[in-house]
Amino acid sequence: MSLRGKAAIAGIGEFKPVRYTEGATTLGMLAEVARLAVADAGLEFGEVDGLITENFAEAPFMAPSTVVEYLGLRAKFAEVVDLGGATGAGMVWRAAAAIAAGMCETVVCVTASRREQRTTSGPRRSASSGFSGRRVDRTPYSDFEVPFGAIGANYGYALIAKRYMHEYGVTPEQLAKIAVAQRYNACHNPNALFFGQPITIDDVLNSPVIVDPLHMLEIVMPVAGAAAVVVTSAARAKKLKHPPVYLLGAGEHTTHRSITYAPSLTHTAIEAAADAAFRMAGVRRKDVDLASIYDCYTITVLLSLEDAGFAKKGRGGKFVDEHNLQFDGDFPLNPHGGQLSFGQAGVAGGMSHVTEAARQLMGRAQGRQVKKPRLAFVNGNGGIMSEQVSLILGRDN
Amino acid sequence: MTEPAAAAYLKPLPEPTPATKPFWDAAREHRLLLQRSKQTGQFLYYPREVSPFGPQDELEWAEVSGRGSVYSFTVARRPTAPQWADDVPYVIAIVELEEGPHLTANIVGCPPGAVFIGQPVVASFEDVTPEVTLVQFRPATGGGSTPAP
Repeated sequence: MSLRGKAAIAGIGEFKPVRYTEGATTLGMLAEVARLAVADAGLEFGEVDGLITENFAEAPFMAPSTVVEYLGLRAKFAEVVDLGGATGAGMVWRAAAAIAAGMCETVVCVTASRREQRTTSGPRRSASSGFSGRRVDRTPYSDFEVPFGAIGANYGYALIAKRYMHEYGVTPEQLAKIAVAQRYNACHNPNALFFGQPITIDDVLNSPVIVDPLHMLEIVMPVAGAAAVVVTSAARAKKLKHPPVYLLGAGEHTTHRSITYAPSLTHTAIEAAADAAFRMAGVRRKDVDLASIYDCYTITVLLSLEDAGFAKKGRGGKFVDEHNLQFDGDFPLNPHGGQLSFGQAGVAGGMSHVTEAARQLMGRAQGRQVKKPRLAFVNGNGGIMSEQVSLILGRDN
Repeated sequence: MTEPAAAAYLKPLPEPTPATKPFWDAAREHRLLLQRSKQTGQFLYYPREVSPFGPQDELEWAEVSGRGSVYSFTVARRPTAPQWADDVPYVIAIVELEEGPHLTANIVGCPPGAVFIGQPVVASFEDVTPEVTLVQFRPATGGGSTPAP
C-alpha cells in the first residue's frame, strides 16, 4: 500500500517566533496552535479524531492523552513522534498512514516550544547539576561524547563541514550565500524573527566563528514558537475551504544518535529518505517547484541539496553559485526564511518547513509567494544528521 | 568563588555500566581496550552488551594500539557547554583508529591551529579524577607537524 495521495494537509497553525516566553506552558501553546490549525481548516474539534504531539518536558509520559484531554478530543489515534527536527515531517506521514489504514480520518499534528529567559542567562551550572550530577539520561552519548565537550549540535555540524571541505570543497562564500538568500526571504515575511534585517555575504563572513568553520550567521537562533497542521483524508480535504495539499511521497531513514557513529559524514541518510519519497510520489527532481529544507546550519542545506538529488555529490557549492535561492529565484528555497532567519522554535522549527510548503502550495504566502507552485519537497532533519524524513507535497493527486 | 587551586574536576564524567566497565578499567591502566566481533574480528566502539554485527555474533575484548588519525575536527571558539568556558579554543575531533572504529575525543598536546584532517594521533590517557581516566589523543609526532604530501 502506498500513501500516495491518500491524505492531505487541510489547515495550518503557526505562532510568530519570539526570543522568549514568559510563564507560558507548552501544553497551552500546543493547544492554541492546534486550535489555530483546526479553525484554519474550517473544522470543529469534534471532527478531529486523531492527534500526534511531540514530547514535552512537562508531560514526560502520556503526552498524547494530556493534549487530547485538554482539547476535549475523542481520538481514535494518539501518539508521540520523537525524531528531533524531523518530528514535524515524521508526523505528517504517520498521520496519513493512520488515515489510509482506516484508523481515523482527521489528525492534528502539533509542536510547540516555550523558552524562558532564565534558562539561558542564569548562573553557571554547578558541578552537581546538569550532566555531571545525578542524572536521568544514561545513554552512550552521555558517556562517550559529553565528557569531551561534544555537547549540543554546533560542534557536530562543524565536524561535518570540515570533513566536507576536505573531501569535496565548498567556499565560505558559497555557504554564506545560503544564509543571505534566506534572510532575503525572511525580509518578505513579517512573521520571521529577522524580518527587516537584511544581511550580505560579508556580514556572514564577518560574524564570529563559533565552531570552526561555522560563523554565527550560519547557525540557527533558538526561539519559542509553535506550529501545527491538520491532515485529513483526500476525500474530506476536497470538501474543505483550502485547496488540499496532498501527501504524494514520504521516506524516512535513521542511522545514528551521535555523529561519531554516522556511516558517513558527507553522505547522509537524506539519500535514502528522499529516494523513497520521490519513488512513492513518482515525480522527478526537476518537477519540484520549491524546496523546504531543514536548515539548522548552512552546511545542512548544502548536504541536503546534494543528498536529496538536486545537486551532484560534491557540487553543492557550484549549485548554490549557479542558482538564485530566493523565493522569487529559479530555485525557491525556504521561502519563509528558513529556520536560519525565521527562527528555530525547537521541534516546531522543523514543522515550519511543512507549514510553509503547505502555505505556498495553497497560494497563501502573500508577499513571499512562489509563483504558482504545484509540487514541493520537504525535508526534516533531526539531531546531527541523525533522523531524516522527506516528503513530497503537491496540489494534484 | 574561593575554591582551592586544585579544585574538583567540574566537567561531566562517564558513569561505567557493566558493559563499559572493562573499557574504563583499562583506561585507568592507560590501555585502550575495545570489543571486537568473534565472528569477523571487526572492532567496535563504544562497548556494548549486544553485537551490532549480527544476532549470532558475540563480542570479545582486545587491546588495541591507540594509534589513529584525525577524521574530522572543529575548533570550538565558544564553549560547547558552560564547564568548558575556560578551555576555549579547544579541539573536538572524530578519530579513526588504526583498527577501524571512530571515536570522539579532544586533541591535546598541540595548538588547535596545528590540527589537520589525516593527522596521525595516538591515545593520551588523562587521569581526570582518581576514578576516571579519559582517552584523549595527541599528535603522534609530537605536535606542530605539517600535513603529509
